Amino acid sequence: MELIGIIIVAIFVNNVVFSQFLGICPFLGVSKKVDTAIGMGVAVMFVLTIATVVTYLIQKAILEPFNLEYLQTISFILVIASLVQMVEIVLKKTSPALYEALGVFLPLITTNCVILGVAILVIQKDFNLLESVIYAVSTAIGYALAIIIFSSIREQLALTKVPKAMKDIPIALITAGIIAMAFMGFSGIDQVF
Amino acid sequence: MNKNLKVLINGVIKENPIFVLLLGMCPTLATTSSAINGMSMGLATMFVLICSNAVISMLKNVIPDMVRIPAFIVVIATFVTVIEMLMNAYVPALAESLGIFLPLIVVNCIVLGRAEAFAAKNSVISSIFDGVGMGLGFTFSLTLLGSVRELLGTGAIFSLKIFPEEYGSLLFVLAPGAFIALGYLISIFNTLQRKRQTNQ
Amino acid sequence: MFLSLSIICLTVAVLLAQVNKLTAEPIAAAKAMKLQNAIGDVVPEFDNNPIDEAYLMPDGRGDSLLVYPAKKGDEVVGFAVNSTAAGFGGNFQIMVGFDVNDKVVNYAVLQHAETPGLGSKMDVWFKDTTKPSQSIIDRNLSKGMLSVTNDGGTIDAITASTITSRAFLDAVNKAYSAYAQSNADADTGATKDESGKNSGNTESETDDENITIEVDELTEEEISNE
Repeated sequence: MELIGIIIVAIFVNNVVFSQFLGICPFLGVSKKVDTAIGMGVAVMFVLTIATVVTYLIQKAILEPFNLEYLQTISFILVIASLVQMVEIVLKKTSPALYEALGVFLPLITTNCVILGVAILVIQKDFNLLESVIYAVSTAIGYALAIIIFSSIREQLALTKVPKAMKDIPIALITAGIIAMAFMGFSGIDQVF
Repeated sequence: MNKNLKVLINGVIKENPIFVLLLGMCPTLATTSSAINGMSMGLATMFVLICSNAVISMLKNVIPDMVRIPAFIVVIATFVTVIEMLMNAYVPALAESLGIFLPLIVVNCIVLGRAEAFAAKNSVISSIFDGVGMGLGFTFSLTLLGSVRELLGTGAIFSLKIFPEEYGSLLFVLAPGAFIALGYLISIFNTLQRKRQTNQ
Repeated sequence: MFLSLSIICLTVAVLLAQVNKLTAEPIAAAKAMKLQNAIGDVVPEFDNNPIDEAYLMPDGRGDSLLVYPAKKGDEVVGFAVNSTAAGFGGNFQIMVGFDVNDKVVNYAVLQHAETPGLGSKMDVWFKDTTKPSQSIIDRNLSKGMLSVTNDGGTIDAITASTITSRAFLDAVNKAYSAYAQSNADADTGATKDESGKNSGNTESETDDENITIEVDELTEEEISNE
């Protein structure tokens, strides 16, 4: 039951983009077309899940036993950066089709704060490994959901007449604000579980 | 000196990291629920920017090109950890309200962006000035956005009452207000920029 | 290439270790200070160190809460209870202070993630003594647990934040359960103190299970002794 709660909260109630404000740069950057948005969503899911498991194990197996918690930020970001590189190399070798689809998004992901953010959050929230993985996957689903909804609206926005001062980013931000308002309607829904 | 001043002003106005370059959006939206939070986030980022810019421009001839980016990240992460520990020690309440966005300065695109685009190519002194300029621009924008949201949301700026709280719209303190307020501020900034250009 | 990167990493690690050493003490001090201030705010004046004498007490729901006894001289003047509940935005922590007569002295919010402007108002809402229908200060919980007016209780919930308010009162009620037992123990303990020595239940312990059993046994012993 608690796991379902984690899933619902991570996807809807505390949506990474609309209520936690993580990963906004790529959210604005690659959301002009639905196709690229889907690609980014899948890439984030892929890397986020692996990265959360790896950083969780590093925290529990190395940092905590040796009292090195103060090296958390630095070791996590290095691990994430090298992990992204490794995923890129492995994908290139083993599955060229997948690499073709996700390749361009991978370098962008290192500086996507969703990855580092979730890695730190699961430690702060004191999750166990299973909860961490579930939290990571649902956060990624929430991210994909947000970016896909947003990109489909932006595709429509591109066809409408927008005042000159509002063109592009300002109107996109206001749209995101209105979607965020809609997502606020989910708050409290986890109390049911 | 004149050139350094130009670099500084450039960071605040012409290449304002938020309103013009649109970098570092996550902390911008997340930590500006009040003016004081926005300002402290800006100052923390400025500290990291100045230090990392200075160190990276010092090391630019030592670091091999191949491992440039990881080395930059290590330097940045170090200063982020330092400011995180200092804030936890001396201003714990503030550190708590910035929460996870304090360690996330590491992945703020402004910091790595300036390291790569400016500090890796320029002298130490002008890199420091670039750090100050960009930092000021960032702090200014965050404080402005924080003030607007706090004023519209609770009728106060820096907890200073301007009008009764009942007339405020709480929406601006909450998540949607962050997006909407920033959208309007960018469009105002754009319009002003364009007017200045046509006048020249 | 790898050499220079390793050198950088090593330098950085040493540097961070130094800063960590330097700031470890102030960080711990700041945390202790926060707790100290919270306790000082919520109980009558005391001259012992409640943090050193803290112990765990069952909250009546199968969990345990930390209780900080406040003493003036040898006499117990009140208890601060560190209580927690699931609010709207996640778990929050409060410190509730009671005097020895079942009355709430004051409370302090230690940590919360409630909606700013709505649920976050709980840090002042329930202590506004000018509005008796919403204040919990001086309420005597031995006459019954607290609940919001929507649920037939006597406390006005925070406007538009019923869930937070319910959770808050729940935390206060749990704190009271832990307090009631401590207070009862302190009474019997105090009589014992006069006759000689007893500090069994004021030792600071960290293990939930053990301490619960210990306290229970102690009470039984005391009763049989008497």
